[in-house]
Amino acid sequence: MAILRVYGGSVGGLFVSAYERVMRSIPPLVLIFLFYFGIRTTVLEIPGFFAVMLALGLCSSGYQSQIFRGALESVGSGQMDAARSMGMSRLQAIRLIIVPQALRFALPSWANELATMIKDTSLAFVVGVAELMRRTDYVRAATFDPVVPFVVVAGIYFVIVFPITRIAGTWGQEKKRLVTGA
Amino acid sequence: MGAGEEAIGDRRLTKVVSVRDVWKSYGEVEVVRGVSFDVEEGTTAVIFGPSGAGKSTLLRCVNMLHPPDRGTVFLRDIDLMKAGGKINYYRSKFGMVFQHFNLFSHMTVLDNVMIGPRVVKKIPQDQAKAIALKALEKVRMKDWCNNYPSQLSGGQKQRAGIARALAMDPDVILFDEPTSALDPELIGEVLQTMLDLAKEKKTMICVTHEMGFAKAVASEMIFMDEGVVVETGSPEHFFANPTNERTKRFLSRLTELYGRHEGERRTAADRE
Repeated sequence: MAILRVYGGSVGGLFVSAYERVMRSIPPLVLIFLFYFGIRTTVLEIPGFFAVMLALGLCSSGYQSQIFRGALESVGSGQMDAARSMGMSRLQAIRLIIVPQALRFALPSWANELATMIKDTSLAFVVGVAELMRRTDYVRAATFDPVVPFVVVAGIYFVIVFPITRIAGTWGQEKKRLVTGA
Repeated sequence: MGAGEEAIGDRRLTKVVSVRDVWKSYGEVEVVRGVSFDVEEGTTAVIFGPSGAGKSTLLRCVNMLHPPDRGTVFLRDIDLMKAGGKINYYRSKFGMVFQHFNLFSHMTVLDNVMIGPRVVKKIPQDQAKAIALKALEKVRMKDWCNNYPSQLSGGQKQRAGIARALAMDPDVILFDEPTSALDPELIGEVLQTMLDLAKEKKTMICVTHEMGFAKAVASEMIFMDEGVVVETGSPEHFFANPTNERTKRFLSRLTELYGRHEGERRTAADRE
């Protein structure tokens, strides 16, 4: 999508830009409700889990598209000039020269977005999809303990998300190496 | 017009590049306004002039990196404006060396030099590697082939950039201010590499302000200002008696700036 935004000409760019705006303006919770209750009852009978995944995915894709767009644009135009000057086609240049560098630029922000999305899955709780948070609440109801289960679940989220943010940091260093290069 | 051969004395010179009435604007600004010139096989043309004169834009029009709005460029007898889908192929006949190197920062020096032969010419891996190593040896960068661009000095980066252009075995090499972004003490190694290429009779079009270099190798010098060619001629002509007032002024400014070079000192002496 980001490639379309940057290299897709005015029509492609406009389409993606509109998409990004819409997706980033709607709270994830509204999207979840829309897909879980709206789409499932009117358009297509999909499992609740998929409805939530779809909602979160669409929401996040708006941000991810922005991240990759920024990354694509931060690969200087000189790289495209150099690739084209040796006879590469536009597609070859994008595939072999621009995207590999843009991915390295994007990884730190992308990892942060991934972490955000993992944490957002807890929103599925409200529509009754049995994700981590909902299951924890079952434990609370069974044990009448309002503290320990939530501390445990906080720990679980931490264990999942911490490595991702750590990797993001390492990739950030890699990015610095690339930026000072060229 | 523009293409073909023409007898000068008893030598037959072949035009490799013929630029014909090239116009190019970006938005409202007309950057190049009707430029024509020819470059003969095995010679070096030097384009110089104040910044904003349209030199870099002209160079990008020559290999159709940014195709001209009007006019055309011939590569030998091929009209590049009519090349259509084959333009990528013809563009590969032009090597290009950039002011800011534009090495691919995610690749080693060797991969930078190999990727053209591999991807564009579809040469097998080991042959492409041999070609790349030969090109790197020529610019004395073989020892650095496994380094990344970020680990190199500016002069080394530019020599790698020249090797990358050479590896494609181009008909013409375009140099876009190859030494302008370099520290003064690194300029020499790049100029030496370019001098070597000129001695080997590579056809080159150089946008540069290195008048010592121009004096040593240029067979034709082209002075541009405000998108047009103001004056053309041999280095002898330019340094002895440039006819145009703007050319004189520009050359004397260069002399003030870089007067310490031998070439420019002589220029100053000639003018007096």
